[in-house]
Amino acid sequence: MSASAVYILDIKGKVLISRDYRGDLPWNCIDKFLPLVMEAEEESNPTPIVQAEDVTFMYIKHENLYVVATSKKNANAALVFVFLHKLVEVFTAYFKVLEEESIRDNFVIIYELLDELMDFGYPQYTEAQILKEYITQTGRKLEVAAPKPPIAVTNAVSWRSEGIKHRKNEVFLDVVESVNLLVSARGHVLHSDIVGSVQMRVYLSGMPELRLGLNDKILFESSGRRKGKAVELEDVKFHQCVRLSRFENDRTISFIPPDGEFELMSYRLSQNVKPLIWIEPVIERHSHSRVEYLIKVCLRLLCRVCVCVWVVSTGSCKYSPETSSIVWTIKQFPGGHEFFMRAHFNLPSVESEEVEQRPPIQVQFEIPYFTTSGVQVRYLKVVEKSGYQALPWVRYITKNGDYQVRTM
Amino acid sequence: MSEAKYFTTAKKGELLELKQQLNSAKKSEKRDAVKKVIASMTVGKDVSSLFSDVVNCMQTDNLELKKLVYLYLMSYAKTQPDLALMAVNTFVKDCSDPNPLIRALAVRTMGCIRVDRITEYLCDPLRKTLKDDDPYVRKTAAVCVAKLYDIDPELVMEQGFIDALTDLLSDPNGNGRRKRRRRPLGDRRILPQCVPSLHTAGPVFDLNPGTVSKLLTALNECTEWGQVFILDSLALYDPEDDRERQSMCERITPRLQHVNAAVVLSAIKVLMKNIEYLRDTDVKASLYKKLAPPLVTLLSSEAEVQYVALRNINLIVQKKPDILAGHMKVFFVKYNDPVYVKMEKLDIMIRLATPDSIQQVLAELKEYATEVDVDFVRKSVRAIGRCAIKVEGSAQRCVDTLLELIKTKVNYVVQEAIVVIKDIFRKYPNKYESIIATLCENLDTLDEPEAKAAMIWIVGEYAERIDNADELLESFLDNFSEENPLVQLQLLTAIVKLFLKRPTGTQELVQRVLGLATQESDNPDLRDRGYIYWRLLLTDPAAAKSVVLCERPLISEETDLLEPSLLDELICHISSLASVFHKPPNTFIEGRVPGRRVAPAVLFEEEEEQQQPQQQPVDLLGGALDDVKVSTTGFVLPKTLWLDASAGKGLEINGTLARREGHMYMDMTFTNTTAQAMGDFAIQFNKNSFGLAPAAALSVPTLAPSASHDTSLPLNNLGAVQKMDPLPKLQIAVKTSVDVVYFSVMVPFHVLFTEDGKLERGDYLRLWKDIEDSQESISTVHGVTQATDVVLKRLEASNVFSVARRNVNDQELCYMSLKFVNNVVALVELTFTPGSSSVKVAIRSKITDVIRGLQDTLETLLTGGPSASEC
Repeated sequence: MSASAVYILDIKGKVLISRDYRGDLPWNCIDKFLPLVMEAEEESNPTPIVQAEDVTFMYIKHENLYVVATSKKNANAALVFVFLHKLVEVFTAYFKVLEEESIRDNFVIIYELLDELMDFGYPQYTEAQILKEYITQTGRKLEVAAPKPPIAVTNAVSWRSEGIKHRKNEVFLDVVESVNLLVSARGHVLHSDIVGSVQMRVYLSGMPELRLGLNDKILFESSGRRKGKAVELEDVKFHQCVRLSRFENDRTISFIPPDGEFELMSYRLSQNVKPLIWIEPVIERHSHSRVEYLIKVCLRLLCRVCVCVWVVSTGSCKYSPETSSIVWTIKQFPGGHEFFMRAHFNLPSVESEEVEQRPPIQVQFEIPYFTTSGVQVRYLKVVEKSGYQALPWVRYITKNGDYQVRTM
Repeated sequence: MSEAKYFTTAKKGELLELKQQLNSAKKSEKRDAVKKVIASMTVGKDVSSLFSDVVNCMQTDNLELKKLVYLYLMSYAKTQPDLALMAVNTFVKDCSDPNPLIRALAVRTMGCIRVDRITEYLCDPLRKTLKDDDPYVRKTAAVCVAKLYDIDPELVMEQGFIDALTDLLSDPNGNGRRKRRRRPLGDRRILPQCVPSLHTAGPVFDLNPGTVSKLLTALNECTEWGQVFILDSLALYDPEDDRERQSMCERITPRLQHVNAAVVLSAIKVLMKNIEYLRDTDVKASLYKKLAPPLVTLLSSEAEVQYVALRNINLIVQKKPDILAGHMKVFFVKYNDPVYVKMEKLDIMIRLATPDSIQQVLAELKEYATEVDVDFVRKSVRAIGRCAIKVEGSAQRCVDTLLELIKTKVNYVVQEAIVVIKDIFRKYPNKYESIIATLCENLDTLDEPEAKAAMIWIVGEYAERIDNADELLESFLDNFSEENPLVQLQLLTAIVKLFLKRPTGTQELVQRVLGLATQESDNPDLRDRGYIYWRLLLTDPAAAKSVVLCERPLISEETDLLEPSLLDELICHISSLASVFHKPPNTFIEGRVPGRRVAPAVLFEEEEEQQQPQQQPVDLLGGALDDVKVSTTGFVLPKTLWLDASAGKGLEINGTLARREGHMYMDMTFTNTTAQAMGDFAIQFNKNSFGLAPAAALSVPTLAPSASHDTSLPLNNLGAVQKMDPLPKLQIAVKTSVDVVYFSVMVPFHVLFTEDGKLERGDYLRLWKDIEDSQESISTVHGVTQATDVVLKRLEASNVFSVARRNVNDQELCYMSLKFVNNVVALVELTFTPGSSSVKVAIRSKITDVIRGLQDTLETLLTGGPSASEC
């Protein structure tokens, strides 16, 4: 069972556009929505699902909009939320930004898309790239060249159209690893993991078959290879183009890619990561009107160059008052070095009633040509009927994920 | 091109102007006008008056315009059903348009127009589009079947659309070769679209190993959404044997690697439901192991999806705590998590806490307790208390942590801490009283009832060790009348406790509080408790001591665990709203699953119109039944031996009770087994539950040795009434020329049901609601092999009348009423499940005594054979 209707509301709860899919709920039941959300917020328990007597609202917030799905039945909540996010994704792909104005400017095509994305409350087809082939923004006549549903919509390969041509056949492959780290105020690593993602930009003609080889530990073990360093990927998630059952059988990653940019796979390693960048903050509150920050940073990596941005936030700040944070940017950071920063604040002598927040120090950085986990691309094979040679380009980057150090 | 301009007009006479434009000859003007109409519709203006003008624009070669007109039709057809008929022709025409987009659009829109008369015209185009050459059109048509079913299920059945869909599913690969050549692509891709349609059709759609295997294959080839539909329907399927179950699980596990969180959760649902029944323990363990990583990864999806995932993880952890045992750390709260995610994470952390990990958890909780978000802080403090109760070894550390928090003097932290400390005191009595002094320091800052009540409880409980307990309690007493009832009750009890422990010097205090509670309060609970204490203290202080100061039962470790049966049900609903609310679906949606608790009203209202003229019960038994059991109306049990010759001094009586033409009869066969003639027969009944008495004298002639005679004795219910145990027992005395013999028989209830027992629907409903759910008895009767109609006919012949009948889901519910000769009315609900010989029987009656016997009687009537009730 799925959604009954989808609404997009502005921040005041006014309906900007809506589509009723099942007709089992009155249109105006949406009037109950915003009061319910407000009430939940007042009770400081705002959940993304709110309930009136016979209707359940599931909503996400995007920019200044509420995107709401209603249901009268026991709907699949995960499905509805994923769909709502997908909806926003498709609209954004069409209009760059989804906001009140772009909805007004494009209401006709939004209706068309709503009609195509979902039918009778069941999500249908949500690949923006293919949708663009037959739901276009220019009005047109039904002539010989009238748009027909691309075969892809109902084909087994629903993400790629046939007959794509590129003059130069190239594949770009980026292995991006984000390091998540949570350090307690006392300097203990509470939690760390690596979320890796393989992003591709594919410019290949025809219907190419690709095979990607990684230094996957399970694959190495099963094929008896002992040479080289292998990595144990913990939870791998694939783009829908990857044949999952094949991976399950022999760990081969084989697929027909969509054209253009997409995320092929993501993986997670929860092995303990040695913190790449270590931070020691010392915060001294001399009296209630003076506070001093001393922050030491060191890069525990004996190599290369990286770019770092430091965010340290306080009650007020001279650098970035709008986010009330100190931003410390380091362009280049040689390995093994240490840097210090000292900031001194004179605070207003009147103390506020509110409890002082203690936001964590967040670190943003990027280390090129390096993967923390040691994942490597061993090969990327491209096979196409016409037999052209394709050039694969591979790049590695490690960057910050949720890299937080709590402060005292 | 910006379309915002269409929203701008708001002048008077706008509609008229639009009307003119719609009828304009210029195509561009027409299109602009339709856009304006749609724009007005979007902002909620009523433009239904333009209906015919807009519909006139339907025949166009512009796809965009056509879509807009269709959109308009969907919104307003209901308000103008007559005019909507005008559009039918265009729809039918569009369903055979050369462009598949148009064909699909037409069939999709037609399904959304919920006007009865249009539905009739939908069938032909739908049948055609289901066999369309283009898979896109077929897919759209498959969904349309579900729409049609929603409007008119009977029509769908009649027209064989369900069969068409099922064919698509069960189309065997072997002989489908020719077919496949004709439709080279995409049938497997359409299949998932059939699945929701078929499920809407509920009872008709039956999964079998064949279709399941087909669905599993399709899983590899369809869109992400299709995969969710398939997995959701597989969750309803129960594999026939272990081998099938295992192979199903193994074929589903690759889905855990999918990037779409909905696919992952639905796969987890099927696996959670099935793994538990696998026999091979190794396979079981390895499958369970595979569940953890995807569950953890769900925590990096969008916040709302995380929320759904966390609510489900909460269920999974209750069911199988070891799956995520080693993953405590991923549930640590992050600074930028939304509050609702933080709250859920906290819950799961506590569930996963073990003696090994408790230290980590406590350190985290302490960190959270100093955050700024009040509710989150409160929950964290509460969580510390739960840790102490759950993991005994950690109690000391938890108490220390709580004390540290109390020292922060942050008001709500202190109050929350006191509330949980009360629970810790209950769990570990006489262990941590040393901290009472610290608690008492904060007495003045308490302003929340719950915290106050907790504090007062602590003072009362440890009154003998707190020197100034009387002063403390007295200070609360000053504002007694303004306190929350919770605090008042607690204060009353605490002072009584104090008095019992330290009678000297506290008498005045106790009198004061008893006075306040009994005379100045209008809260009945408080007053009652006050009086009870008062009397106890007056009459028997020793008894008071044993009541008020009795040992309290220990509080359980985890109070918020779900009931196992509910948990199992919710596991089958993973990823749905039910799993988020932690409530079974029928508690928040209407009309799903046996409609009993919520339903009769709904069922009846819907049926009111199709109610047919009532048939007289006499008509019903017509022909067929009469032939079988000559001259009886109701169901009659075969005669059984009532009186053995040895007990009857040579007289043997076989008999049964029957009901004919509204009268009760006792049919008996008298047999003389002695060597001499026997005569002067007479019969008498003892007082019985229903006042049964012979309505005429017994007419049995003198019996020669080994002769027998059949007689039929009419009965009435005008005799003396006395409740028998068991209720249907009837004691009979028969006088013969030899002696008087006594025996007793059980009266089968069905002879006692009167012909006027059929209730009106309204009355039925009223009575059903009058009788509380708790007075309902539910049992299951097995071995009902005959068709429902035959069974119902038999019941009706025995004066158990069907009041309403309805299909809900795949079950058939019959609501029946009956009335005893003494005017006791009982209501019965029978639930028939197709393919099963078990029938669920629910009985409601104001006189609960009859229920026991009714169950037996109904069992007899349902199965059509003699049963235990006769023995």
